[in-house]
Amino acid sequence: MTRVVHELGAGIIPLGTRAQNCYPGEVQIRPIHEGLFSSPDDPGGLGLFAGLCGSCKALHFPATNDCPYCGTTGCETRIVGKTGTLHLATVVAAAPPGYHGEVPYGFGLVDLPEGLRVISVIAETNIKRLRPGLALRLGLRSLPSPEAEPPETEPLTLVSWHYEPAGGSP
Amino acid sequence: MSANPVYIRGVGLHPFGRFPEQTVTELGLHAVRAAIADAGGGSAESPPSTRGTFDAAFCASVYSGVAAGHKVLSRNGATGPAIMNIEAGCASGGAALSLGTDLIRSGRYRNVLVFGMEKMPRGMIRSSFFPPWCEQAGLTPAPAYFALRAQRLIQQSGVTRKDLADVVVHNRRKGVANPFAMFRKEVTREEVLRSRLVCDPLRLWMLCSPNEGAAAVLLSSQPTSGQVPVELAASVLRSHQPGSALGEHTPLSGRIGNEPDSPTTTAARAALGQGRLTLSEIDVVELQDTDAGRQILSIEELGFCAPGEGGAFVRAEQEKSSQTATINPSGGLLSKGEPLGASALAQVVELVWQLRGSAGARQVPGAKAGLAHTVGRGANASVTILVRH
Repeated sequence: MTRVVHELGAGIIPLGTRAQNCYPGEVQIRPIHEGLFSSPDDPGGLGLFAGLCGSCKALHFPATNDCPYCGTTGCETRIVGKTGTLHLATVVAAAPPGYHGEVPYGFGLVDLPEGLRVISVIAETNIKRLRPGLALRLGLRSLPSPEAEPPETEPLTLVSWHYEPAGGSP
Repeated sequence: MSANPVYIRGVGLHPFGRFPEQTVTELGLHAVRAAIADAGGGSAESPPSTRGTFDAAFCASVYSGVAAGHKVLSRNGATGPAIMNIEAGCASGGAALSLGTDLIRSGRYRNVLVFGMEKMPRGMIRSSFFPPWCEQAGLTPAPAYFALRAQRLIQQSGVTRKDLADVVVHNRRKGVANPFAMFRKEVTREEVLRSRLVCDPLRLWMLCSPNEGAAAVLLSSQPTSGQVPVELAASVLRSHQPGSALGEHTPLSGRIGNEPDSPTTTAARAALGQGRLTLSEIDVVELQDTDAGRQILSIEELGFCAPGEGGAFVRAEQEKSSQTATINPSGGLLSKGEPLGASALAQVVELVWQLRGSAGARQVPGAKAGLAHTVGRGANASVTILVRH
């Protein structure tokens, strides 16, 4: 079962670092990649990091320094997508290469109120409920770490983002 | 200065399928020899020498490794001229063809060999395109992207699951007559709709099979005497413009609405302009049908119908009540399977046979102009137009 990590009360540590004061048995949480989303413990809470171009004003995700639309450098970072609306979705039945998480899983396009459409895992696997227009909210999902950790390392859980039905899943 | 015309002097194929006993080099060599023989250089009993038949060669492949084309042409003493290895995803063959075409048009070379081959890894296509974290996060399954495009056709183009199944039924029916196809058995709508659900609405039989094969085309500034001359009127490669979250460049984000024209649309527009033709003058089409939905999307993006009319178009086409070009007489990728480096060139080979009138049971009567289309990873889209004189 997918755990919603921020409900575990665990903070997110930056990629490549290791918590020094881990209590025995405590799970280390690490984002699957740097710069994708903010921590639920941050003052602004959980959100996706989008890039905003100072020239053409287009948003993009994941945030990069160069604008993928007009090539202007020096894009600023904005936190977006705390909520979203489902545009289109499908359900992935079999694990694609390199993915070790749960199957099946929902997969779709989510329209964010800031004016950006993102590809995302959706925390709903009933295709009948994955209707365009479904109200969604951003959450985190845990994924198994693909590599075996050295024995001295505390258990490590990778986290990625997903969108879940805002009204909960019946 | 007027540009030189480009003719297709010879074409050759290695059948598409699985050939565990043969290396990818052997598959490529088979297709090259067949093309040289077709250009008048010998017979199947006494294979022709490839040496001296071309001024430059392009080899299209994605998974064949370093200097794949050199390995093929080293096998029969044909090295010496420039050999260039080209990767452009599913459109690799179209990319190689456009380069070869331009070298003849410009007058730099008289004869250019263009070939492609592949032995695809088994299972869901994996590429080095995505960073590892995208794979780990479950953001990379190709069939899911295909499925989202099919969902959009359901939402916006009046396409039903039955329509998707019927695309498979019709392509597979045509593939029965193609000795180079992997699948040569008819299927029913019910069988397609009963096959395993991969990503809704796409079921297993609605997806083409990655497989193995090779194709070769010998381009020339002169037609072969004694052969129906087939001119390559246009060969265009285009990449995506940013903005579509569902484009084949598979970004993780895009605009809401106001999407740019797809690379298929921009390539088709440029190719028709170069060839001074309209779509209504095209008699036969080989278009990308990686999955059943992609065939309908290709029809829309090429301009055979307006966006949003794909469902009605395929129903009319399948009931033969439409007057448009015949689509995928080879059976398409759904019958042949898809060896990336070879698939776009195999479309061109099929069109050459159609325009020469030598396509046997698959022949589209009186075909004078043909269009080939491929789109995929990159994003890349190629559109090639052939005409018979």
